[in-house]
Amino acid sequence: MTLSLYVPVASPVHRAPAGLKLGLLAALAVALFLVGRLAVAGGVLAAVLLLGVGVARLPVRALVAQVRPVWPWLVLLLAFHLVFTDWRTGTLVVLRLLTLVVAAAVVTSTTRVTELVAVVEWLARPLAVLGIRPARIGLVIAMTLRFIPLIAERAAAIREAQAARGATGMRWGMLVPLLVQVLRLAHTLGEALDARGADAPAPPRRAGASAP
Amino acid sequence: MKSRDLAYIALFAAITAVLGLLPPVPVPGIPVPITAQTLGVMLAGSVLGARRGGLALLTFLVVVAAGMPLLSGGRGGLGVFVGPSAGYLYSWPIAAFVIGLLTQVTYRRFNLAWAMVANLVGGIAVIYALGIPFTSIYGDVSLSAAATGSLSFIPGDLVKAGIASVVAVAVRKAYPVIELPRRRPAAG
Repeated sequence: MTLSLYVPVASPVHRAPAGLKLGLLAALAVALFLVGRLAVAGGVLAAVLLLGVGVARLPVRALVAQVRPVWPWLVLLLAFHLVFTDWRTGTLVVLRLLTLVVAAAVVTSTTRVTELVAVVEWLARPLAVLGIRPARIGLVIAMTLRFIPLIAERAAAIREAQAARGATGMRWGMLVPLLVQVLRLAHTLGEALDARGADAPAPPRRAGASAP
Repeated sequence: MKSRDLAYIALFAAITAVLGLLPPVPVPGIPVPITAQTLGVMLAGSVLGARRGGLALLTFLVVVAAGMPLLSGGRGGLGVFVGPSAGYLYSWPIAAFVIGLLTQVTYRRFNLAWAMVANLVGGIAVIYALGIPFTSIYGDVSLSAAATGSLSFIPGDLVKAGIASVVAVAVRKAYPVIELPRRRPAAG
């Protein structure tokens, strides 16, 4: 699957443990809101960019692609502050958000999906008290990734069948047959999992190998 | 939770992802175009019920956070969770849970009207109640300014609530997933 935002490069940032990167990102999110000076906020952004482009050697294009969706919001925010407060507050707010988004993009681009899923499973360990098994979270994520192309296939098949019977337009008319089909499928998959012992207590197994 | 429930949860996480692949309808003057993705929130709640619906959307967000560009417009990764519109994302599992709860409570006499109520309250009110204050705090703008900015999404959301309700009623007839308790406990 080429769907992930991961950019394979051999760098120290890529090799750093996923849990550490996520922890630092969370710390940065808190710390940035304590920063009130423009110069400091700008310095942090420069440091994050240096880390992403310089140390992790990510293509600028990859970072820009992840920042682009937030761009209109930032412009709007800046415009709002220019009108209602002052340019200093506006620049600070935009700098903070931009820094966070770039930092998050660096983490996303340097960490494999499987590693992040392993962190999620690790974070979910305390939930075992509530009867939630972390390994099953990995299973659900793996199933989700498998279901996505499958649903798209089924949708295309139903659309063709409806077109063959002369139905045009009616784009939402396919939702009900599609849902019933995939619900049946999920039901069968659940039974198949039980038949293979998925509902039995999990044997001690290293997580992280489950996602495709 | 049985394996079947896990499969249902994964299924609606995937459905939400596929809905995000549909081309968004751009609205002039608004940074984010109207997308079919919140239809997934509404469908998950009204087909699966509160617990599984909420977990389906939570799964979807985890997969997005893990770096899959599954949000409409091919967005994904951790960046979207710290952006000014992140409050809307965080509201999705809660919205699906609320829709599911309202659906379960009315499941015996479930019809288009009840489905509409569930989707309007959970799929619109809850999402805006969380999304607007988040934008306001994060972007340091007033609540009313943040609210005005999101007003133009309402027509699209009403259409989606309508579609979700019609589909939910039809799916309940054809393939009911929510199990009714033998005797309804007081809590519903």
